[in-house]
Amino acid sequence: MTARTMFAKVWDQHVVVAPDGDAPAVLYIDLHLVHEVTSPQAFSGLRARGLRVRRPDKTVATMDHSTPTKRGGLALADDQARSQLAQLTTNCAEFGIELHSLGESGHGIVHVIGPERGLTRPGRTIVCGDSHTSTHGAFGALAFGIGTSEVEHVLATQCLLQRRPKTLRVTFTGVAPLGVTAKDLVLAMIARIGVGGATGHVIEYAGPAIRALDMEGRMTVCNMSIEAGARAGMIAPDEVTFAYLAGKPGLPTGKAWDAQVDAWRSLASDPDAVFDAELTIDASAVEPMITWGTNPGHGVGITQPVPQPGSVADPNERAALESAVRYSAAVPGQSLLGRHVDVVFIGSCTNSRLSDLQAAADVVRGRKVASTVRMLVVPGSAAIKLAAEALGLDAVFVAAGAEWREPGCSMCIAMNGDMLEPGQVAVSTSNRNFEGRQGKGSRTLLASPITAAAAAITGVVTDPRTFLDGSQP
Amino acid sequence: MTAPRFTTVTSRVVPLPAADVDTDQIIPARYLKVTDKAGLGTALFADWRLRPDFPVGKPEHAGAEILLCGHNFGCGSSREHAPWALVAGGFRALVSTSFADIFKGNALKNGLVPVVVDPATHAALFAARAADPAFAITIDLEARTLSAPGIAPVEFPVDGFARRCLLDGVDELGYLLGHLPAIEAYERRT
Ligand code: SF4
Repeated sequence: MTARTMFAKVWDQHVVVAPDGDAPAVLYIDLHLVHEVTSPQAFSGLRARGLRVRRPDKTVATMDHSTPTKRGGLALADDQARSQLAQLTTNCAEFGIELHSLGESGHGIVHVIGPERGLTRPGRTIVCGDSHTSTHGAFGALAFGIGTSEVEHVLATQCLLQRRPKTLRVTFTGVAPLGVTAKDLVLAMIARIGVGGATGHVIEYAGPAIRALDMEGRMTVCNMSIEAGARAGMIAPDEVTFAYLAGKPGLPTGKAWDAQVDAWRSLASDPDAVFDAELTIDASAVEPMITWGTNPGHGVGITQPVPQPGSVADPNERAALESAVRYSAAVPGQSLLGRHVDVVFIGSCTNSRLSDLQAAADVVRGRKVASTVRMLVVPGSAAIKLAAEALGLDAVFVAAGAEWREPGCSMCIAMNGDMLEPGQVAVSTSNRNFEGRQGKGSRTLLASPITAAAAAITGVVTDPRTFLDGSQP
Repeated sequence: MTAPRFTTVTSRVVPLPAADVDTDQIIPARYLKVTDKAGLGTALFADWRLRPDFPVGKPEHAGAEILLCGHNFGCGSSREHAPWALVAGGFRALVSTSFADIFKGNALKNGLVPVVVDPATHAALFAARAADPAFAITIDLEARTLSAPGIAPVEFPVDGFARRCLLDGVDELGYLLGHLPAIEAYERRT
């Protein structure tokens, strides 16, 4: 048997019908996650054809994108949001799908609750009408985003027509220095290869700096795979993965668990497996990262200057950088350090898990959020919120002057009432700094939770390492 | 179910050279609260349209069915609302040097054909459009060719299955449902 990549092993296991002539493979989907924004038209399509959901037992829904996160009064953004949520409730009831509604204990961002509830498992194929489905690859699952037509296909057949993507292995060598988190590693990769750099590929993240991450850090890395254009991101399951999953609902115990773990362990890429492309990044040379522009590829080390568009030869690329500079009001040739910040957002499916909140709380503890800054802390799920409150993190944030909110996508997507004013600048732990992503005219600087928290305290873009080495008061 | 169809289109082009245009620009998130696919034409490039120099939506481009766009068009969010809005805005084909994966698949499922050309052809098309606002392109899906006056016809790659579906009006879900016996057998096996 020829050596295979982890991707190939998971793919091969799920091929129902092999590609034939110009027909693509029929690929079986083990878990279909559903949310309110990309599913209504798919359910309507099913109804129009008189079809049922083929495997409601492999389908789980949540409300996250258009839900409010304000404490106490859960007022919806508008009537459209209300009707979208009502539709999801009706659709799930009619088709027998498990739904985690607003306010319930299992509620949260779709890519947070999957892993948390033990639904995300090594070797599974997982899809959702959402590009950040790549998050689930942190467990060695093959997980990717799909459009609404494909949501309908999976609802109806539990399968998709798929072309086999290529593979790219990204190896992070060395040890990430103090202040360099999973978010910084992945932002450094995207800055290197660009937002289209991994188009057509499934990335496998490897190397000691990846192995050293906990599951939450690995999810952060895989989450951002799509920002490099990748179809999916994967990390081979190991002891860290198994420890995270042990005892989750629905998983075996005792001897059966040991057998399960052995099977999962065999998913790792064979030592001599060949990837279509390879990239190596020295983690020890990565700085805390921040983006200055209008796509996630516009990242620089926090002490490094914003690039000069004039130094780029390609006219289209130069025009794109010039337009990003104009929109973001960044100053080419200067670092972002000291730039005024209006809002700090800690949240999103990239960085809203317990360890993210803990890291931000450690920076904020005993300090005050600058009077010019609005800081929102939005846990990724109801369970994370509870766990954080049990640790007293809510009290830390509130004492500092931050807002402690209900779980949801919140300011990551600005379609739920949480958003920036035109022209405002946010340091955000989310994944996209596209024009208007956090509200019309919003300017987003993507960074890790500690970099975001540091900016909240000082009111300007700040090197988070100054909070870790004792140099900040 | 009526599946989208496509054979050929000949049309003037709307030039949008910016690289890495993401689906948040094609349709901003605040328009995603809809529960059907119709009526998204006014949401197309809703924010960029407010700029005086932005071409899409300008009266002089009315009736143009081909968007000549920059590298890595459609990156970011998987929202199928992006091709829905482009189709509602009257577009039937897109020409670029590359498209983002999820967007490309979504576009094809809605009868919107993404045509990939080499950088030299891409630059020549922009130049021809700049010289003549009436410059028109023909995209022939059967022949897999893009042709235009003064430009040598080029073949473009397109997924064979998607092409067949569009030429013959094959309903993809119907096709997939035809594999139900194999799907059931797979489920028994695993
Ligand atoms: S947190 Fe942001 S990126 Fe993640 S699922 Fe929600 S809207 Fe999408």
